[in-house]
Amino acid sequence: MNKGVVKRILIYTAKYKRYLVGAFVFAIVSVCLTLLGPVLVGYAIDYIIGKGNVDFGSVGRILVGLIFSTAGVALFQWLMSLCINRVSYYTVRDMRIDAYKKLSNVPLSYIDTNAHGDIISRIINDIDAVGDGLLQGVTQLFSGVITIVGTLGFMVAINFKIALVVVFVTPLSLFVAAGIAKLSAKMFSKQQRTQGEISGFVEEMIGNQKVVSSFSMEEQNEQEFRRINDELYVCGKNAQFASSLANPSTRFVNGIVYAAVGVIGALSAIAGGLSVGQISCFLTYANQYTKPFNEVTGVISQIQTAIAGGARLFELMDSPDKTPDSENAKPLENVKGNIEFNNVSFSYTADRPLIKDFNLKVKQGQRVAIVGPTGCGKTTLINLLMRFYDVCSGEIKIDGQPVQSFTTDSIRQSFGMVLQESWLFNGTVRENIAYGKEDATDEEIIAAAKAAYAHSFIMHLPNGYDTVITEDGGNLSQGQNQLLCIARVMLSNPPMLILDEATSSIDTLTEQRVQLAFNKMMQGKTSFVVAHRLSTIKEADIILVMKDGNVIEQGKHAELLAEGGFYAELYNSQFAKS
Amino acid sequence: MFKLLKYLKGYKLQLTIGPACKLLEAIFELIVPLVMADIIDVGVKNGDGGYVLRMGGVMVLLGAVGLCSALVCQKSASIASQGSGTKLRNELFHHINTLSFAEIDKIGTPSLITRMTNDINQLQYAVAMLIRLVIRAPFLVVGAMIMATTINLKLSLIFFAAAPLIALVLYFIMSRSVPLFKLIQKRLDRLSLISREGLSGARVIRAFHKEDKEQERFNKANEELAKTAQNVGVLSALLSPLTYAITNLAIVAIVWFGGSLVDTGELQTGEIIALVSYMTQILLAMVVVANLVVTFTKASASAARVNEVFELEPSIKSGSDSELALRNGGDFIEFENVSFGYGGGDVLKNISFTVKKGETIGVIGTTGSGKSTLVNLIPRYYDVTDGRVSVGGNDVKSYPLSQLRRLCSVVMQKAVLFSGTIESNLKWGKKDASVEDMNRALEIAQAKEFVDKLPNGIETPVTQGGKNFSGGQKQRLTIARAIIANAPILILDDSASTLDFATDYALRKSIKNSTDGATVFIVSQRVATVKDADRILVLKDGRLVGNGVHSQLFEQCEEYREICLSQLSAEEVQAQ
Repeated sequence: MNKGVVKRILIYTAKYKRYLVGAFVFAIVSVCLTLLGPVLVGYAIDYIIGKGNVDFGSVGRILVGLIFSTAGVALFQWLMSLCINRVSYYTVRDMRIDAYKKLSNVPLSYIDTNAHGDIISRIINDIDAVGDGLLQGVTQLFSGVITIVGTLGFMVAINFKIALVVVFVTPLSLFVAAGIAKLSAKMFSKQQRTQGEISGFVEEMIGNQKVVSSFSMEEQNEQEFRRINDELYVCGKNAQFASSLANPSTRFVNGIVYAAVGVIGALSAIAGGLSVGQISCFLTYANQYTKPFNEVTGVISQIQTAIAGGARLFELMDSPDKTPDSENAKPLENVKGNIEFNNVSFSYTADRPLIKDFNLKVKQGQRVAIVGPTGCGKTTLINLLMRFYDVCSGEIKIDGQPVQSFTTDSIRQSFGMVLQESWLFNGTVRENIAYGKEDATDEEIIAAAKAAYAHSFIMHLPNGYDTVITEDGGNLSQGQNQLLCIARVMLSNPPMLILDEATSSIDTLTEQRVQLAFNKMMQGKTSFVVAHRLSTIKEADIILVMKDGNVIEQGKHAELLAEGGFYAELYNSQFAKS
Repeated sequence: MFKLLKYLKGYKLQLTIGPACKLLEAIFELIVPLVMADIIDVGVKNGDGGYVLRMGGVMVLLGAVGLCSALVCQKSASIASQGSGTKLRNELFHHINTLSFAEIDKIGTPSLITRMTNDINQLQYAVAMLIRLVIRAPFLVVGAMIMATTINLKLSLIFFAAAPLIALVLYFIMSRSVPLFKLIQKRLDRLSLISREGLSGARVIRAFHKEDKEQERFNKANEELAKTAQNVGVLSALLSPLTYAITNLAIVAIVWFGGSLVDTGELQTGEIIALVSYMTQILLAMVVVANLVVTFTKASASAARVNEVFELEPSIKSGSDSELALRNGGDFIEFENVSFGYGGGDVLKNISFTVKKGETIGVIGTTGSGKSTLVNLIPRYYDVTDGRVSVGGNDVKSYPLSQLRRLCSVVMQKAVLFSGTIESNLKWGKKDASVEDMNRALEIAQAKEFVDKLPNGIETPVTQGGKNFSGGQKQRLTIARAIIANAPILILDDSASTLDFATDYALRKSIKNSTDGATVFIVSQRVATVKDADRILVLKDGRLVGNGVHSQLFEQCEEYREICLSQLSAEEVQAQ
C-alpha cells in the first residue's frame, strides 16, 4: 500500500519535473563543489611547508579558487532549495485543490455520514505532512545520493579493494533503516488516525459548547478527551521512538564501517600495499560516504508521517464518486414543471426502509404541500427531487422524461430551494444574497431583500449590505439567516421551488408577508412546500399527508377535512385545548 | 514560548538524561578519530597487527556504548515531547471548556482545532529536537572554539569574528520569518474555514450549482497560502548557503594568515589542518543550529497561538465556589430592569417581570425581538449589561456556574445530538439514568414511538451532529435529554419548531402533566404553542409589551393580537 501512496505522491510532483530536474542539477553542482573544497584546502596546505618556505603566489591562487567554489556552493544550494520549495508547495497546493474538488464529487451521503472535522483534518493536516515530507525528503535524497556517488568515485580511484569493503558494508545501514521504517510505519498510521479522532471530537464538543455547558458535561468530555489523548500519547511516543531508532542504529553501523576501513587499511599498510596518507584520505571519504545515509534515515520519520498522511488523503480521494450523469444526459430547459413519482422506494440504510412504492403526479404550476408527523419522509422526498440521493427503485420524471436523462446540475438549478437549516458563508450580506445570480445589480439585490423582508434589518447592520457575515451566520439570528436565504432564492427566480420548513424560524407576521412574495413569484410555477403551519398549506393544490414513508391521504384542504381522516385530526389538534 | 515551559516540569529526568546521553555519544564520536590516529601512529608504524585489531575492537565498543546512550536519549525525547504535548492538549481543552461563547466565537472552532493539533505537534517536535540537539550542537561549537584558542590566539580571532557573523545571519532570517509563519497559520485557518463551510453547506452549494465558485474561493485561499509558504521558503533557503559561505571564507582566512604565521615560524603546518577541521566542525554544528532555529521559530509561532487561547479569560465566571441555598416562597425568577446588548445596540431594554415556582410562561414576539436572548440570560449564557436576573432569591451572578446550569434545563433552537447512541445522548441529562427514566423521558418528548421502531431501540447509533435523524426526531430527542435532567427550570427555546401541530400539542400536554413543580419557559412563534400558558410575555424590538393570559392580551395587546390574527383566522380565535 505504501508503494502505491508514494507513487501517487510522485505523480503529483511530475508536473513540476522542470524544478525537480533543476534541483537535481543544482544539487550535483553544489555537491561537487563541496567535495572540491577540502581538496583545494589540502593543495593550499601543501604549499605551506614550513618556516620561510611558503609559496604565497600558489596559495593565493588556490584560495581565490576556493572563494569562487564557496560562492558557487552557496548559490547552487540556494537555487536547489528554491526549486524543492516550489515543488513541494505547488504539490501541496495541487493536492488541496483536488481534495476539495473531490468534496463536490462525493455523494451527499459521504458528507452526511463522515465527521467534518476528520475530513478537514485530511485536507489541512495530512496534506501539510505530505508537503513537509517532500521538502525534507527530496532535499536529503538528492544531495545524499549525489554525495554517495561522488565519494564512491574518488574512493574507487584511490583503492579499488577497500572501496569494495565500504560499498558492501554500508548497505547494512540501509537494511537496518528499512527494518525500522517498516516497524514504525504502522505506528505512524495509527498516530494519524488517533489525531483525526481528536480533531473530530474537538469539533463536535467545542463547536456545540453551548449545549455542552448547559448540561455541565465539560468534565465528562474532558475525561473522554483525556482517554483519546492518552491513546495518542502512547502511539505517538511509540511511533516517534521507533522512527528515531533509525538514526543511531545507522550511525552505529557506520562506526563499524569506519573501524573496518581503518583496520583493513592499517593491516594492508603493514603488509605494504597502502600509504598512510591514503588511509587518512580513505577515512575522510568513508565518513563522507556514510553521512548521507544518516541524513536520509534522519528524515525517515517525517517521510513516514508524510506517507501516512498521503494514505489518508488518498482514502478520501478514492471514496466512490456520486453517480455521474449519463453520457447522453441533456440540460433541463424550458421547464414546464410536470413531475411524476412512479413506484419510488428509498432508504438511507438497507436495514431501515423509509419510502415504499410512492406515487405522485404533479401538474405544471401546482402547489404541493407535504404534511405529516416528523420523521415521516417529507425531507427525504426533497432529497430525491433534488437528486441529493438517488431512488432505490422506481423512477422520477420531469416533464415526462426520467430525471436520469437530464444533467443533475440543470435539475438542481431549476429548483429554488430554501431549507430549514439556513446556510450562509463567510462573506458580505450582498455576496450571500447574490449567491445564485452573480451578475445581479444592486437594485436587483435590494429588491430581492425587500421582497424577503430582509431589507430593513440589513440596513440596521453596522455596514448594511457590506456587513461581513461570520462563520455559519453567527452574528445574525436564525430568523434573519433564513430571510437572507429566502432573498437569495427570490433573486435567482428559478422555474420550480422547494420550501422545506423555509419559514420555521421566522415569526408569523413576517412569514405572512414573505408568503405573499412567494405566491407572486410562484405564479404558474410548480412548487413543493414542507410546512407545519397549516395556515400556509390551506391554499395548496395538492396536500400530501405522509406517515411512515407513505402518502396516506392526498387532496385539497376542504376535501381532506371532509374525509375526517388523519389530516383532519392534525388540523384540529392545533386548536385543541391543553 | 517560555510560558509553556511549565509543561516540561514533570520531565526533568528525561530532560537531563536525554541531553547527557547525547553528550556522551558526541564525546565518544570525538574519541574515535584519536583511536584511529593511534592505529596509524602506533600500529602501522610498529607493524603491530595485533595492536591494530585490538584498537579496532575498542572502536566497535565505543560505537556500541554510543548506540546505547543514543537510544536512551531518543526514548527520553519521545517520552518528554509526547508527554508534555499530551498534557498541554488536556490543559488547552480544559481551558476552552471554561470559556464563554463570546470568546470561542472570537477564535472560531476550526482555528481552535488546528491549534489543538498542528500547533501542539509543532511544539512537541521542538521539544524532541531540544533534547536531541540543543546540548550537542553548542557543545561542539564551544569545544571547537576553545581548541582553536589553545592552538593559536591570533588565528582564533577569525573564529571570534565568524561566529557572531553567523549569529547575525540567524537573527536576520529568524526575525523576518517569524511573522510569515504566523501568516501561514492564518491562511491555513482560512482554508479550513472554507472547507468547513463547503461541507456544512453542501446541499445549498449543489442546489445552486456553485461547486465551481466554491472551488475558486478555495483555490484563491490555497494560492495565497502557497505564496506565503513560498516566501518563507525563499528566506529560510538562504540560511544554510550563507552560513556555509561564512565558514568557508573563514577557512580561506585561516589558510592565508596561517601561511604567513608558518612563514615566520609561529605556527606548524599540521596546526593549520587542525584549525581547518575545527572550523568545519563548527559549520556542521551551525547547520544543526540553523535547523533548530527554524524548528524553534515555527514552534514559537505555534506557542504564541496556543498562548492566545490560554490568555482568553472567560467573561462569565462562577460567582462563588460553594452552592447557594434557594429561597422558598416568593418569586422564583425575577428580571429587574434588565437590558442587554451583544456589543452594538440593545437587544433587550428595561425588562422587568417575575415568575412563580411551577408557572408555565410563554414567550412570543417577532423575529429578532429578543425572545431567545431573554431566556439565555437565566442560565447565564450571557451576562446582563444592566439590571439584575435572579433565581430562587439569588442573583444568577452569585451562583457557582455548575449549580446554576443544573437548575436550568435548556432545549436550544438548533437541535444538537452527539455521536454515540441514543442512550449515551440521553445520559447527558442524567448520568445514571435507568432504562425506565429514559423511556419515561422519551415518552414525554413524544419520541418513544419512533425510537421503539428502530431495530436497536435506544442503542441505535447517532452519527456526528445526529445526521441520521430527521430535524423533528432530533428535536424530540433533545427535549427528552432535557427532561431526563429533571431540573426545576425547563426552557424550551423554540425547540418544537419542526414538530407538527399534533405532536407539538401532545408534547406540551405531557410536559405539563409530568413535570410537576417545574417552572417552564416556552419560547415560540406559534400562538397555538403559547396560548395555554399560565402567562404569556410578548416582546417587540427588545421591549416587553405584554404580560398576561391569552384572552386578556388579545384584548389589550395590539402586537399580540396581530400575531394571533396572522396565524389563526378570526373565527378560530373567537372560537377559543
